[in-house]
Amino acid sequence: MSRLQHPETVLISFRNRIRLAGVLVFLFFGILGARLYHLQVAQKNHYTTRAESNRISLVPIVPNRGDIVDRQGIILARNHSAFTLELTPSHIPDLETTLEELKVIIAIEAKDLKRFRRLMRESRNFESILLRTRLSDAEVARFAANRYRFPGVEVKARLFRQYPENTLAAHAIGYISRINEEEKNWLESATDTAGNPQGGNYKGATLIGKIGLEKEYEFELHGSTGYAQVEVDAAGHAVRVLKRSPPTPGNTLTLTLDSRLQHMAEAAFGARRGSLVALDPRNGEVLALVSSPAFDPNLFVDGIRFDDWDALNHHPDKPMLNRAIYSAHPPGSTFKPLMAMGALSEKVRTPEQSIVDPGFFRFGNHTFMDDKRGGHGVVNMHRSIVSSCNTYYYRLANDMGIERISRFMRRLGLGNQTGIDIPGETKGILPSPEWKEKRFKNPQQQKWFPGETISVGIGQGYNAYTSLQMAHALANVLNEGRVFRPHLVRSIRNTATGETRFLETTPIRQEMLDPKHVAFIKNAMAGVNKEGTGARAFAGAAYTSGGKTGTAQVFSLRGQRYSASRLQEKLRDHSWFIAFAPVEKPRIVLAIMVENGGFGAVSAAPIARKVFDFYLAGNTVMGAVAEDEAASDEEADPEEPESAPGTPPATPRNAPT
Amino acid sequence: MNRMDLTRRFRLRLRQIGAHLDLPLLFIVGALMAIGLVTVYSATASEGLVKFDSQLLNMAVAVAVMLCIAQMPPQTLMRCAVPLYVLGIVLLLGVALFGVSVNGSRRWLSLGIARIQPSELMKIAMPLMLAWFFHKYESELRARHFLIALALLLIPCLLILKQPDLGTTLLVGASGFFVIFFAGLSWKVMLGLAVAGTAALPFAWQFVLHDYQRRRVLTLLDPSSDPLGAGYHIIQSTIAIGSGGSFGKGWLKGTQTHLDFIPEKHTDFIFAVFSEEWGIAGNALLILLFVLLVLRGLVIAANAATLFSRLLAGAISLVFFIYAFVNMGMVSGILPVVGVPLPFISYGGTALLALMVGIGILMSIRTHR
Repeated sequence: MSRLQHPETVLISFRNRIRLAGVLVFLFFGILGARLYHLQVAQKNHYTTRAESNRISLVPIVPNRGDIVDRQGIILARNHSAFTLELTPSHIPDLETTLEELKVIIAIEAKDLKRFRRLMRESRNFESILLRTRLSDAEVARFAANRYRFPGVEVKARLFRQYPENTLAAHAIGYISRINEEEKNWLESATDTAGNPQGGNYKGATLIGKIGLEKEYEFELHGSTGYAQVEVDAAGHAVRVLKRSPPTPGNTLTLTLDSRLQHMAEAAFGARRGSLVALDPRNGEVLALVSSPAFDPNLFVDGIRFDDWDALNHHPDKPMLNRAIYSAHPPGSTFKPLMAMGALSEKVRTPEQSIVDPGFFRFGNHTFMDDKRGGHGVVNMHRSIVSSCNTYYYRLANDMGIERISRFMRRLGLGNQTGIDIPGETKGILPSPEWKEKRFKNPQQQKWFPGETISVGIGQGYNAYTSLQMAHALANVLNEGRVFRPHLVRSIRNTATGETRFLETTPIRQEMLDPKHVAFIKNAMAGVNKEGTGARAFAGAAYTSGGKTGTAQVFSLRGQRYSASRLQEKLRDHSWFIAFAPVEKPRIVLAIMVENGGFGAVSAAPIARKVFDFYLAGNTVMGAVAEDEAASDEEADPEEPESAPGTPPATPRNAPT
Repeated sequence: MNRMDLTRRFRLRLRQIGAHLDLPLLFIVGALMAIGLVTVYSATASEGLVKFDSQLLNMAVAVAVMLCIAQMPPQTLMRCAVPLYVLGIVLLLGVALFGVSVNGSRRWLSLGIARIQPSELMKIAMPLMLAWFFHKYESELRARHFLIALALLLIPCLLILKQPDLGTTLLVGASGFFVIFFAGLSWKVMLGLAVAGTAALPFAWQFVLHDYQRRRVLTLLDPSSDPLGAGYHIIQSTIAIGSGGSFGKGWLKGTQTHLDFIPEKHTDFIFAVFSEEWGIAGNALLILLFVLLVLRGLVIAANAATLFSRLLAGAISLVFFIYAFVNMGMVSGILPVVGVPLPFISYGGTALLALMVGIGILMSIRTHR
């Protein structure tokens, strides 16, 4: 603009620029309009969806877990409502001060704080986090009065798992506890029995069955998670509930267990370690399943305290171990009726065939001793069971051979899981040349020595079975080969539909056993309770019964005489008893194992008597006297046999049973 | 004085005041402020009526100030130009030397009882000063006058840029540039400036812009790159606008608004609140009102009597435009986030006062011939 211009020209130029500005204003607002059209018309659905997903949050509602009741309907596991104190850190201006002030009105222990801080690390900031459980009414009232001082702190009513019978049948029932990382991953791909994936069903869930029925029937008990559509603000606070699809509570399990019988059996064990399994041979129902000592599953429900866990874990008696399904021991002489059954089935013996027992069995240049010095004289099969003649079974085992023994015992269910409906069952050990080859690495140890077969014949050697397996095997014999899967759950009631589904009414397989042979064995075992080692315990019983005592060696005495009183308790023999009643139509089969109990007739048989009395004749418990008498009566005077080739670690010590 | 006399004198006074009003402008601004009140009510509903009431008071004060300024003839305004500009420069220097830092920016000057932000004053003083300058040398305008004008523009701009406050720098710069543009800056120079400006962009990116400013620009290009940080505001405001659809979710029913997803919802991001609740129909009305406002201002400029009035009216009109456009552009995600309120709608007294001073000036120019 180097030259002066006429004012008129300047004004025209100015007005042109004003017009240009006007055009530019339209242009720019046009661009803005296009942008708004893009957002509000073209992309409207996209942004509406995003606004909705901003505002609506799907909050899972955890279903109530199903109850567990015994066969009479007595509650063994249920949910009870309790008040909890929960904090939402994002709503609390100063967490530490709040915690200090809360301590004044509510008892907060160090372990509560520890758990709180752990949960806080694991969760998102806007979730409410548990600080205290089971507030007393007084604490709830005190908090209510001071509530205004504590923004972000709430008292909530929550359902907790409760095991009202405490330690009763704890190993069978199991417990629930917090879902861990491993279980979380497992749930991702897990499906229930109907094949429905369960990953999504555990949204919001914090608890899962850890052992026992609580674990095995997790998907029955858990129920289906419900959902609430909640409107949330930007900070994630729920503003209001828009829609709610309620959860379906878990199903109720009715057990085959009879909790009175269970209670009785546990009481009969007292402080002794061991296990007991009572089955109904007619259908495989587990009437009692004892593992002693037990634990209190209530300790685990809201996170077990460290010292409780430490105490359970390091207790010398191992209370967490489910002995009934996991502790396998040589069955001792309780193996003899099964051997006899095998001999008959395999046609190795007839009942009438007799041997003359000189008090020992010589094999090669090794001598296997009988428990009775001088022997039992002339012994047929019936007498071999009633008087528990070792020599008869040394010879029988030798005649049958390990393969035939092993094959027959497998048919009875030994050496395999019985399939009971709680997890963690062991297979036990059914010895055979193949088993030994797999079990040992060293080629010299892999070879099966014929001498080892002879130990197996009297239930010693490598043999190792659980009480559940022994009860199962005996039931299979009594059933003439009809094998039922032992099971703890009788029926499952669908809480939503009210339908009840019964489980397991048919045998899972049929083994061919001759009823005549079975009748013979039953009769021989009845003889044990009439005139043999069971006679003392079953004197005066109001019913007929059959049984067989047994002793499993813990410690090899190397030539010393065995005397229970002189041995440390932990080195004493384990005592076994298997039994059934009534003889004609058995309604109950038992296997009892008392760790370090000494002789089966002393420790185990009286427990069986109490259980049978209770189950068959009502509540008349009259075994107490018999037990005391038996203790002073039994003679124990076995001798260490000379070592046979390949003798297993625990050599047969002529188990006197 | 009897009562009749008093009444008559009051009526006369009212007529005098009325004579200096521009009815179209009054109507447009009234409509915008009404929309503003309704939207502020919705945006602050959760806090009760405190902000709504205080905005009512702000409006009353701002309208009163506008009426006062409308009464002044442009010559009076012209006399204020140099003192205001000099005061502004002094205060900006004061900020640079003794200013108070808030959030890493040195924008405020503490005057004992209150803190003031001198860059706000510059938004009015700048166009006033340049319009006065061109008016004074109207008869002898040469290239050097444009150079001096550029210098007058750049000094405060650089001071504000150093604070740092890029948004205000651009707005103050724009207001001054509009004056120079309307004064007849040659197209060749403008083209040259545009080319030089473009060439300087990489340099400015590297050395002039601060980290947070660069981040804002990058966020604009891709908000999802930082959805919980810098991009959060833009993501949430575009969701609010988009989900408003054609007719909106209804007054007080915007979920993004009432569930606190929109940040600064009653101030800089109030446009998102309005868009969500009134949809594109509401936005069309709002943009129409802004267009009418700017056009009315440009018409006043085109018909103004003196060069000072023309330049000032033209610049003020375009300042209204630039404020409205920058704010709505930023909230809808086509411009980077700068701290500009939506004229007449956003909550806040100072900004509204400055805008109404501008309206008062336009009315003064319109009604004093």
